[in-house]
Amino acid sequence: MQQFKPATLYLEDGIEFKGFSFGYDQATDGEVVFSTAMVGYPESLTDPSYSGQILCVTYPLVGNYGVPPDKIINNLSSFYESEKIHVRGLIISDYSFSYSHWNASKSLGEWLKEHKIPAIFGIDTRELTKVLREKGSMLGKIIPEGTDLEKIEDPNLVNQVDIVSCKEKIKYGSGNKRVLLLDCGVKHNIIRCFVNRGVEVIRVPWNYDFTAESYDGLFISNGPGNPNLCTIAVDNIKKALDMERPIFGICMGNQLLSKAGGADIFKMKYGHRSHNQPVRMAGTNRCFITSQNHGYAVDNETLGKDWEPLFINMNDGTNEGIRHKTKPFFSCQFHPEASSGPTDTEFLFDDFIKLL
Amino acid sequence: MDKTIKKALILGSGALKIGEAGEFDYSGSQALKALREEGIETVLINPNIATVQTSEGVADKIYFLPVTPYFVEEVIKKEKPQGVMLAFGGQTALNCGVELFRNGIFEKYNLKVLGTQVQSIIDTEDRELFVKKLNEISVKTIKSHAVENVENAKIAAEDLGYPVILRAAYALGGLGSGFCDNETELNLLAEKAFAYSHQVLVEKSLKGWKEIEYEVVRDCFDNCITVCNMENFDPLGIHTGESIVVAPSQTLTNSEYHLLRELAIKIVRHIGIVGECNVQYAFDPHSEDYRVIEVNARLSRSSALASKATGYPLAFVAAKLGLGYGLFDLKNSVTKTTPAFFEPALDYIVCKIPRWDLSKFQGVSREIGSSMKSVGEVMAIGRTFEEAIQKGLRMIGQGAHGFVANREISVDDIDKSLREPTDNRIFVISKAFKKGYTVDQIHELTKIDRWFLDKLYNIFNTSKELLKLENKEQLSKELLRKSKQQGFSDFQIARLIYKENVDIDDASALIRSFRKELNILPVVKQIDTLAAEYPAQTNYLYLTYNGTHNDVKYLGDHKSIIVLGSGAYRIGSSVEFDWCSVNALTTIRERGWRGVMINYNPETVSTDYDMCDRLYFDELTYERVMDIYELENPNGVIVSVGGQIPNNLALKLDKSGVKLLGTSAKSIDNAEDRHKFSSMLDRLDVDQPRWQELTTLSEIYEFVDVVGYPVLVRPSYVLSGAAMNVCSNDSELEEFLKLATDVSKKHPVVVSEFIQNAKEIELDAVADKGEIIAYAISEHIEFAGVHSGDATIQFPPQKLYIETARRIKKIARKIALELMISGPFNIQFLAKDNDIKVIECNLRASRSFPFVSKVIKVNFIELATRVMIGEKVSPPNKSAFDLDYVGIKASQFSFSRLQKADPVLGVDMASTGEVGCIGDDTNEAILKSMMSVGYRIPKKGILISSGDTKQKAELLSASKMLMEKGFKLYATGGSFRFLEDNNIPATKVYWPSEPDRKPQAMDLLHSKEVDFVINIPKNLTKVELENGYKIRRASIDLNIPLITNARLASAFINAFCTIAIDQIQIKSWDEYKS
Repeated sequence: MQQFKPATLYLEDGIEFKGFSFGYDQATDGEVVFSTAMVGYPESLTDPSYSGQILCVTYPLVGNYGVPPDKIINNLSSFYESEKIHVRGLIISDYSFSYSHWNASKSLGEWLKEHKIPAIFGIDTRELTKVLREKGSMLGKIIPEGTDLEKIEDPNLVNQVDIVSCKEKIKYGSGNKRVLLLDCGVKHNIIRCFVNRGVEVIRVPWNYDFTAESYDGLFISNGPGNPNLCTIAVDNIKKALDMERPIFGICMGNQLLSKAGGADIFKMKYGHRSHNQPVRMAGTNRCFITSQNHGYAVDNETLGKDWEPLFINMNDGTNEGIRHKTKPFFSCQFHPEASSGPTDTEFLFDDFIKLL
Repeated sequence: MDKTIKKALILGSGALKIGEAGEFDYSGSQALKALREEGIETVLINPNIATVQTSEGVADKIYFLPVTPYFVEEVIKKEKPQGVMLAFGGQTALNCGVELFRNGIFEKYNLKVLGTQVQSIIDTEDRELFVKKLNEISVKTIKSHAVENVENAKIAAEDLGYPVILRAAYALGGLGSGFCDNETELNLLAEKAFAYSHQVLVEKSLKGWKEIEYEVVRDCFDNCITVCNMENFDPLGIHTGESIVVAPSQTLTNSEYHLLRELAIKIVRHIGIVGECNVQYAFDPHSEDYRVIEVNARLSRSSALASKATGYPLAFVAAKLGLGYGLFDLKNSVTKTTPAFFEPALDYIVCKIPRWDLSKFQGVSREIGSSMKSVGEVMAIGRTFEEAIQKGLRMIGQGAHGFVANREISVDDIDKSLREPTDNRIFVISKAFKKGYTVDQIHELTKIDRWFLDKLYNIFNTSKELLKLENKEQLSKELLRKSKQQGFSDFQIARLIYKENVDIDDASALIRSFRKELNILPVVKQIDTLAAEYPAQTNYLYLTYNGTHNDVKYLGDHKSIIVLGSGAYRIGSSVEFDWCSVNALTTIRERGWRGVMINYNPETVSTDYDMCDRLYFDELTYERVMDIYELENPNGVIVSVGGQIPNNLALKLDKSGVKLLGTSAKSIDNAEDRHKFSSMLDRLDVDQPRWQELTTLSEIYEFVDVVGYPVLVRPSYVLSGAAMNVCSNDSELEEFLKLATDVSKKHPVVVSEFIQNAKEIELDAVADKGEIIAYAISEHIEFAGVHSGDATIQFPPQKLYIETARRIKKIARKIALELMISGPFNIQFLAKDNDIKVIECNLRASRSFPFVSKVIKVNFIELATRVMIGEKVSPPNKSAFDLDYVGIKASQFSFSRLQKADPVLGVDMASTGEVGCIGDDTNEAILKSMMSVGYRIPKKGILISSGDTKQKAELLSASKMLMEKGFKLYATGGSFRFLEDNNIPATKVYWPSEPDRKPQAMDLLHSKEVDFVINIPKNLTKVELENGYKIRRASIDLNIPLITNARLASAFINAFCTIAIDQIQIKSWDEYKS
């Protein structure tokens, strides 16, 4: 019988789950979060918004189609959401050692090992999810047998955005319109969504003072961790609010734009991480299924008088987007660029581009 | 919501048939529930009396009438509803609705079609319109180019891209068809194809493509969701109803999944669906190329499966959307707090496996392909594919214990059996692994995705590890746990380890106790639609070994009662047992107990989590029932309402200390075991056909010498006559015995005398501690020899001597007392004059329970359940002899789906469904019920081949009636002479074996000069069968009504000659006062 290396997941409250290691043979720590998405592990793992987190996938069968080749053309990854894996660890139930897909270049396990990311299978992920749901997201660590890690570092105390944001200006695509992309940990599909629509993208670091740049519209990207640590970005956005040029934000972008508009952000108990989050466009009968990945949310009650909710989560009533009552500023908490997830709201890119 | 609708009409799907089964009882019931919740009065037309939807309290008015335009219009005239729903009764309701629309009936009566509009339905049903419609939004469909020469064939192929498939148009049996990978091959094949036909169709070959489905919901505000997607294990070419299917898809990446999802939504919006719909794709395994195969603008088998797979009640929601609600208005019925506008996130895998019954048909091909042949299906839930598929293979109930550790099958040519799939291909894969085939080899032959094959290979590998061991002491905890996580049953593990060395029941028990010692136990998980993201009070459960914690806390208060369901629908066990299960659950709950259901059939109402306090969607094996019993710690278990599967578990459960409610396991065994039962009858001085237990052939021949041929041969523990046959001579007997002993080794084969021209009578009853408290006697129209499941049954009996009825009651009382029956039971009798013999007794609800209960309006299951839970029940104050009306139960056959099968009835059951209609007299009830199962009243000519002398005499007066009504009669040889001798004019026609003589029977059928065929097999000689077979088969293939039984033919002729269609009363069930 094939022998697997035992590994244990420890949560900060003392709960343990025993399984087997199938990633890199090293201990790891982070904030343990769960996602109920049923497809798209290559996209999720490379999503910078997961920086600092250990991801538990609730769908039990993972690794089925391997992972696609690591191709980067013109600074853009062909199949991934960034240049590397951003999760600190992966927790699943049933790992497919054999994979099958025409576009696969290697197995999930091999890929994780290459990127030095530990992973554990054989876990009752449903039970773990229930624990996280009831107690809220928790810190935890994955310890393959024979390794050790004393302390668990809280990734929310560190500015994760600073870790994942680009360090210098990068240009993508070409076109009549230019979007300045404030990179808090942008997913490549956001860039693809602009480039495919014939828009030039200038990607700048999160703390870059872009106010002097020439651009037609400002885009504020998604990103990991605590938005309250991004004061520099918020200050720059405040300046942009006075400049009247269109602004569009996604996820962290929604939170930073809200903060710039005066609203408060709070940490949710266990966040929204899935492909099936229903949102309703405020004041309409238009509903959308969205892809989400966030642990913080905008407090609707604190929106400034010039702002109003654009989308509302139909499950729990939390904010899913805001818009300025008179100016061309709007943002959404979900991911209209999908990848992974449903593509119902990709029209928001068109809406934004029309404003430029 | 649309407030103008006060009364709505729903069309049902009629009798269960291949391709249209129990799923429409489920969807119709849900739709009715949704309407009633809105205070809308509901009118249902459905002649299927065994369904849950045709039960009291589900619809306000129920019409047991054919779902045909004539009758539907009559009901509309009478009931004057404002709205009609067409999407809940399968293709039958849809076709009927389209025809009514085209005839302007909805307009005429100002009837609003609720949900998807008829034009949208037509756009999806008409192939040409469909392609055009999808072209409008640049969505790719499967196209074929018709070409007249090789050059144009080449151009078409270039356009489509190789490989292509060529089909010679208008050529039968695929002559001149084939695949071409390149131009050279095309040149060769096209030349050949044009030799057969002047026109050749060129299509892109999608051989080996994946088949993927999406279930889409849309409201009238244009909000769309896809509730579930599904992937077929079997690649394109095998009908999705014939495929093993998993949900969600397993081999699609994010971009593929969402590409198809986005397309599905685009299509549904463009077509304008309001409600639910299914989109099927062919998907290239080597790129992201796709084709849309079809769109079903109605609830379907797949949508029932998707509802059960996700917990999202598609039919219920679709009905609400039809009333004008938005998805945002409705709640997720599992969480009760979140909206219905969401897409379920699963945290398990489901695996659907079809159930075939092809061995029941003479001459049918076992190959599966583009048309459906399966009669039922199962759904297995697990947290690994291995676990789900092994569960599923046990669930289909054809003797398999999983993917491995089954009885060895013999396969002549493994390559061929892999390439050309049959109903047992999955077991050929198992065999191939054993023979050393690799995953790649099997993939090449089957085109099944390697991912699935790799998983099956995991199971095979584990079985090899187990096979190396000799006893449980050598079995490591890790291997045992892995085996269980891969879905191995204790039985499989025991068989692999102990081989034939230890009795398998003992060995399984050893493994079970060893496993429990090691604390390797299954856990209970909930199906909550949101993968545990939100708390849900869901009672929808399954068991898995891939987990460490139970989702459920058990109270242990002994206040629950477990009802074992009926499993996969199959010939002989179908929706009637679902009705029984649902009624038992309802009664249990009304009486203050918690009702717990175990069943795994996604086509049922009993597996609707609303129907019980807890639903275990899991196996009905001894092992799993014990697991659940030990967790639930219930007050008791009911095994007598789910048909033969639970009944067969009774003895074993009882031995393990399970508390069975109702009749004791010992009594069940005494009735099931032919030997014990027979000696009991002798003891009670009750007559029975002479019989003997078979041990050697020579003994049998001695016995046959005494009783004479024909004889009936059968093993004990039979389900719907499986492996039961009438043998008329030595060679038939010998041939059949070989098959019979193959079926069951544990229970010996029994041979009994076969009494011809006897009446068959059934008694359905409920007893309490041996005393009968309610009974219903019904008679078969056909003489004994036609399986009771195929026979046409009349209740109350109209032609039974009072003396016969009295004797039957007397015998039943004796048996009930002797077996101390508490609960439902059924006895079958033979009566010749007043001479009565008992042929069978089942201490469980029978197929006819819903029929008799609904005709007499006394719910036998409710009574039986109350008895079983220990209540004192007083006999109902009603007698069948006082009824002013008659019920007729007629059988539905699906021979048209079963190519080459001989559509003749015998002791083995062949029908797939039934209807029950009520009339003021026998003629009216016969006419309604026969029309409900698809018979049409002839207008032109009738072809008669009337069998032996006795049968001919039987048909004489009916033939006279036909003559008087002015029908043109055609008759073959003997029948012609017989008619002539009796002064009935007829045209003599020749048999297919005399092809040169005119008029030829086959010509008459093809030219449709004949629109009703009576063909009674005379005897079993080969040439007679050949001739008869050709006529019978042609009738089926040409869709000409056929009757093969003289008494049924007489009854039908009598009916349509006595009353005209417009004399048929349009009366709802409640208008027949009991």
